[in-house]
Amino acid sequence: MGLIENKFEKNILITSVDKLFNWARTRSLWPMTFGLACCAIEMMAAGGDHYDLDRFGMGVFRATPRQADVMIVAGTVTKKMAPIVRHLYDQMPEPKYVIAMGNCAISGGIFKTYSVVQGVEKIIPVDVYIPGCPPRPEALFYGLFKLQKKIEKETIAKK
Amino acid sequence: MALLLLILESLLIFVFILLFCVAYIILAERKILGHMQGRFGPMHTGWHGMLQPIADILKCLIKENIMPTAADKIVFILAPVMSILPAIMCLAVIPFSKNIYAADLNIGVLYLLALGSLGVYGVATCGWAGNSKYGLLGSIRSTAQLISYEVPMGLAVLGPVMMARSLNLIKIVEAQKSFWYILIQPVGFFIFVVCSAAETNRIPFDLPEAETELVAGFHVEYSGFKFVAFFLAEYMHMFVTSAMAAILFLGGWKGPFFPGPIWFMIKVYSFLVLYIWARGTFPRYRYDQLMQLGWKFLLPLSLANLVLTSIGIVIFG
Repeated sequence: MGLIENKFEKNILITSVDKLFNWARTRSLWPMTFGLACCAIEMMAAGGDHYDLDRFGMGVFRATPRQADVMIVAGTVTKKMAPIVRHLYDQMPEPKYVIAMGNCAISGGIFKTYSVVQGVEKIIPVDVYIPGCPPRPEALFYGLFKLQKKIEKETIAKK
Repeated sequence: MALLLLILESLLIFVFILLFCVAYIILAERKILGHMQGRFGPMHTGWHGMLQPIADILKCLIKENIMPTAADKIVFILAPVMSILPAIMCLAVIPFSKNIYAADLNIGVLYLLALGSLGVYGVATCGWAGNSKYGLLGSIRSTAQLISYEVPMGLAVLGPVMMARSLNLIKIVEAQKSFWYILIQPVGFFIFVVCSAAETNRIPFDLPEAETELVAGFHVEYSGFKFVAFFLAEYMHMFVTSAMAAILFLGGWKGPFFPGPIWFMIKVYSFLVLYIWARGTFPRYRYDQLMQLGWKFLLPLSLANLVLTSIGIVIFG
């Protein structure tokens, strides 16, 4: 993590720093350009002009994991893709968040077969699950707002 | 000592205001692009997204700084500095008005061109230091592109310089008292616009960071604030080239009714909107098309323009 995390005890100064940091983090969640299956089409629709993810500052899809904040696992994770998903997750800088979008990413969905990972949480930690097959862009928005609520509870103090 | 402190203080305020302007170009780009595509752009961070660049930069500032194990450590840290420093140094000679400038150099145009090309080193070393194939490919492309577009750009700039008989930016503006040079040098202006888009790695010449081919181009390994440094350097270069266009071709701070700095800013920002408009309109050039455009079209055109300008100066004085 950064330089000042886990350095201080909980005190009155930290609260406003927390507020500022969390404000910045929630307002500019840059997702990674990373789609696995048909849920990615809904993710693109969410970025497009009808739904417009950019209104919330989340429209900056970064192609490299080094500059991304949130990884939207949009689609079926096959066993062949799993090491790559993990690799990309490891390449992202802290603080990083993961959204499992769609039934396949949550639990393997209808693909209960030898070739599909039964839920992306088997390989990377997931923050928010968005059910649906595929979820509508509004559902993705709702998931991202839930993630914002989760980030707002973070603190830089010692845990 | 007090005088020195005062100068330092004013310079700091100057740089801070300019950084602020540059950060808001990013927001302007997102808003204008959004409206061109039937979207709104940032809406919920402050009034109509007015705090968006601040949130973005603060977030990048507090993000983890990754240093790849295979990277060339010293060069990796120096590359963003080498990229942003020439861009800030360029701002020193730009006259915002008759008496608002940091330095009055008698070779201002030469200084701007020289520092503009120094920025190549930042990009080139950046791709090398990360030790990633995409980064290296991006920086090789960028080096070739910047070198080949520097030549027509320099030749296009020579037109106004010859007509004003000076390399001093303030004298060039003063020489445009009766008419703007864009009226006599439309070809030179056209070459300058195209070349400056290529120099600043903007669409349609954004081959160094072509997302569909090279992931993120030369800054593929950079995270956190180092990435922001590259980002700000790019937009600052845009600001500097727009200011150059305003000074050399559009009469700098000259204009009716408003005071000088306001006219200057109007010209600079309308030029920046032209960049953003181009980004919303054009697809990316292929690499061989880019080189052909540079060497087979722009270079002969700029040479012809130069010869015609000199003949015109000899005939009409």
